[in-house]
Amino acid sequence: MIHLKVNGSPQSFDGDPEMPLLWYLRDILGLTGTKFGCGMALCGACTVLENGKAVRSCSRPMAKVEGLEITTIEGISAHGPHAVQKAWAEVNVPQCGYCQPGQIMQAVSLLSSTPHPTDADIDDKMAGNICRCGTYQRIRAAIHEAAKERA
Amino acid sequence: MIPIEKVTRRNFLQGVLSASAFVLCVQKAPLLAKAASNGTPGFTTSVAPSIDSTAFHPGVYVGIQTDGTVIIVAHRTEMGNGVRTSLPRILADELDADWSRVQVIQGDGDEKYGSQDTDGSHSVREFFEPLREAGATARLMLIRAAAQQWGVPEAQCVADPVHVVSDSKSSRKLGYGELAALAARQPVPKKEELQFKSPREWRYIGKPAPGYDVTEVCAGKPLFGMDVRVDGMLYAAIAHPPVLGGKVKSVDDSATLKVKGVKKTIPIDPFKPPHAFQPLGGVAVIADNTWSAFKGRKQLKIEWDNGAHAVYTSADYKKQLQQTARQAGKVIHTTGDPDAEFAKGGKIIEAEYFAPHLAHASMEPPVAVADVQAGKVTVWSPTQNPVGVREEVAKALGMKKEDVTCHVTFLGGGFGRKSKADYAVEAAVLSKKTGKPVKVVWSREDDIQFDYFHSVAAMYIKAALDSAGKPTAWLQRSVFPPIGSTFDKDAVYGGGGEMSMGWNVIPFDVANFRSENGPATAHVRIGWLRSVANIYHAFAVQSFANELAAAANRDPYDYLLMLIGTGHTIDAGQSPDVAGKYPYDTARLRHVAQLAADKANWGKRKPGNGWGMGIAVHRSFLTYVATVVEAEVDSSGAVRIPNVYTAVDAGIVANPEMVRSQFEGAAVFGTSIARTGEITATNGSIDQSNFHDYPVARMNDAPVHVDVQVVESLAPPAGVGEPGVPPFVPALCNAVYAATGKRVRELPLTRNGLS
Repeated sequence: MIHLKVNGSPQSFDGDPEMPLLWYLRDILGLTGTKFGCGMALCGACTVLENGKAVRSCSRPMAKVEGLEITTIEGISAHGPHAVQKAWAEVNVPQCGYCQPGQIMQAVSLLSSTPHPTDADIDDKMAGNICRCGTYQRIRAAIHEAAKERA
Repeated sequence: MIPIEKVTRRNFLQGVLSASAFVLCVQKAPLLAKAASNGTPGFTTSVAPSIDSTAFHPGVYVGIQTDGTVIIVAHRTEMGNGVRTSLPRILADELDADWSRVQVIQGDGDEKYGSQDTDGSHSVREFFEPLREAGATARLMLIRAAAQQWGVPEAQCVADPVHVVSDSKSSRKLGYGELAALAARQPVPKKEELQFKSPREWRYIGKPAPGYDVTEVCAGKPLFGMDVRVDGMLYAAIAHPPVLGGKVKSVDDSATLKVKGVKKTIPIDPFKPPHAFQPLGGVAVIADNTWSAFKGRKQLKIEWDNGAHAVYTSADYKKQLQQTARQAGKVIHTTGDPDAEFAKGGKIIEAEYFAPHLAHASMEPPVAVADVQAGKVTVWSPTQNPVGVREEVAKALGMKKEDVTCHVTFLGGGFGRKSKADYAVEAAVLSKKTGKPVKVVWSREDDIQFDYFHSVAAMYIKAALDSAGKPTAWLQRSVFPPIGSTFDKDAVYGGGGEMSMGWNVIPFDVANFRSENGPATAHVRIGWLRSVANIYHAFAVQSFANELAAAANRDPYDYLLMLIGTGHTIDAGQSPDVAGKYPYDTARLRHVAQLAADKANWGKRKPGNGWGMGIAVHRSFLTYVATVVEAEVDSSGAVRIPNVYTAVDAGIVANPEMVRSQFEGAAVFGTSIARTGEITATNGSIDQSNFHDYPVARMNDAPVHVDVQVVESLAPPAGVGEPGVPPFVPALCNAVYAATGKRVRELPLTRNGLS
């Protein structure tokens, strides 16, 4: 039995320990905000926070998350939009929107470690998150906007 | 949008409207309105019995609740194109509705809406007038309701300022909600009675607005096909034949069945040629979650009979295409006598271009849920063509289209891939065989290897130049396995659509011109990808224009303006109604070229030493686009793109904010194509499988800044989603040439020692 916390709630799982956290969140818990994009930690659509740091949930087997605190996009939205989500809306970032929960979680992680990132910081930390619609320019602007908001 | 999770096996619109709401079904002819009745609330009852419901009545829907909420059905697909914002705002504008009180509802797949096939950058173009008519009709009926209530002449009542009707001779006002019930009892006005707002009076059309769904999207709400969950649903992953047309020779599923969560395996029949939108066949693994299905599939031991397409190896095929492009082909269009002009001798320039297959790689891989119960099918699908889904599912299951419902979810990208119903048909076939709702989930590997690929193409172009360096004759020939091969296995020539995409004519002032097309046999499924044949055609033509400028020792931008000329109308073989409304006017192309070049400060800095700018122009989907790309190339061949300047004339634009987004995105999409986009096959199987070997642009290698100028115009609205892509690729290649002197004649850049 694997024990973990998801968005503050204690959870336990006795299924296949090889199951990636992504599919546990999506199929078992029904938290579908975390997206499937590649299954190989190449695109970032599945990004969640593990004890506050961004990880690719598609490549985190359940066996590795024992005792950890997982935060998903639903978790940061529980009390109204997060500063990053507000900035995303302000800049009108999304096109199709599928990758954006992963982008937002990565940005939340970035801002927690680097509250005032430069363009180079942003490019460096966000390069693992693919947006096929090509909203990168707006993502960069929205991260700066969120940094200002939190200052 | 209603969270999909909570809407199981029910019509999305059912129960949305209160019983006394005013529901207007606006059709091209005739128009109808009625109050929703108690027994059958909702839009679905809005077609009155006096109308032949079997006739084709393209229409759009608007309802007004008694609380004043205006409900507008988005009948086309949202995939980042912004249609759930731009289309309802057109209607809301003419209705003088308060946008903050508009609720947008996604329409199911239904012929009553007219075309829902969200392809070809059609949405605003096709529905601008019908939506305005819908809004104007509802507004007039509200005005008449107020006039009736107050007992005053209709002319005394105005929809002013917004969401209310005011009595111009007193301070009386009635809100739209208060008028809804009475408005529903007004006879529907004839089109001649309608008063349309003048462009000066537009409050939403042409004004920037953020996406209607932006908050829900950023909150990670269950909006996408991948997010659909239906009670009792099973999950399926399918092992597809690695070669098109392949069949299962034998299968050993013993290891698969030992995987925790796996229920069973089910064979899926191979298609009968032509493949069209049929499933590829193979073996499905049914499980109680996605991961178990994926894991179980890995354990399958399948021996395949690969069939005839196992001959397909890209390196050999490329040589064949190039060989064909060097020989006379089928003539598409001729002006003057190019052969006579070439025979005169003079300076002849020739070049060959090559562009490989591409995969769509939308962030959400193909996925669908289907539930077959008691002779009816319900499908939830991220689809660009919901009526197509109904038709294909019905065909595959031997049912009537009327027995298939298709709910349209948001699409995590589409780019043309999700016009094809194959994955939804797979879900339906498996639901029928299991008796349970089934969700088919494609992995990224499935998505890339079993795509409907953008076609590989070889082009040859030849021109004769006069002493001033101006072309006096121009011959161009393209060869590619056509989209037609998806529907006719013997098709080898490009269709009219493909030829009209930047090939039958060029926007240049050349007296003697001929375009040709050579034959090519397809060995994979060929489909359409964002801007389609324009990609390779614009790459060749706009690169060649740049080569001619170099041959003439002229500045590429000045030379391009000379080629375009001062402006004339081209006979591009458009149908008379299209040509009448959308003449191919090269003055508009010249204008966008000037806008983009001016914004880029073209010519202010001397190119070379690893820095340069490139320019390209292209008209596609009736829209005129010019793009200037600035490139920096370091000594290792790494290309950085600090700036892109693009100018677009799409006529009237519904939402310039969405136009900017689409063109920013097109530059990134174009970067992926130009820099790394390449799908190849070996012995019929696709060599690439995921983002490590089919890389797409990331934040750190995408253009840093994309500037988009949207021409203010009252010309009829044209396309927006696709036209940004074609000129980007040659503009980048031309920039690389300016920076390095290296000419890119074969895509992607990685084939040229660049990255």
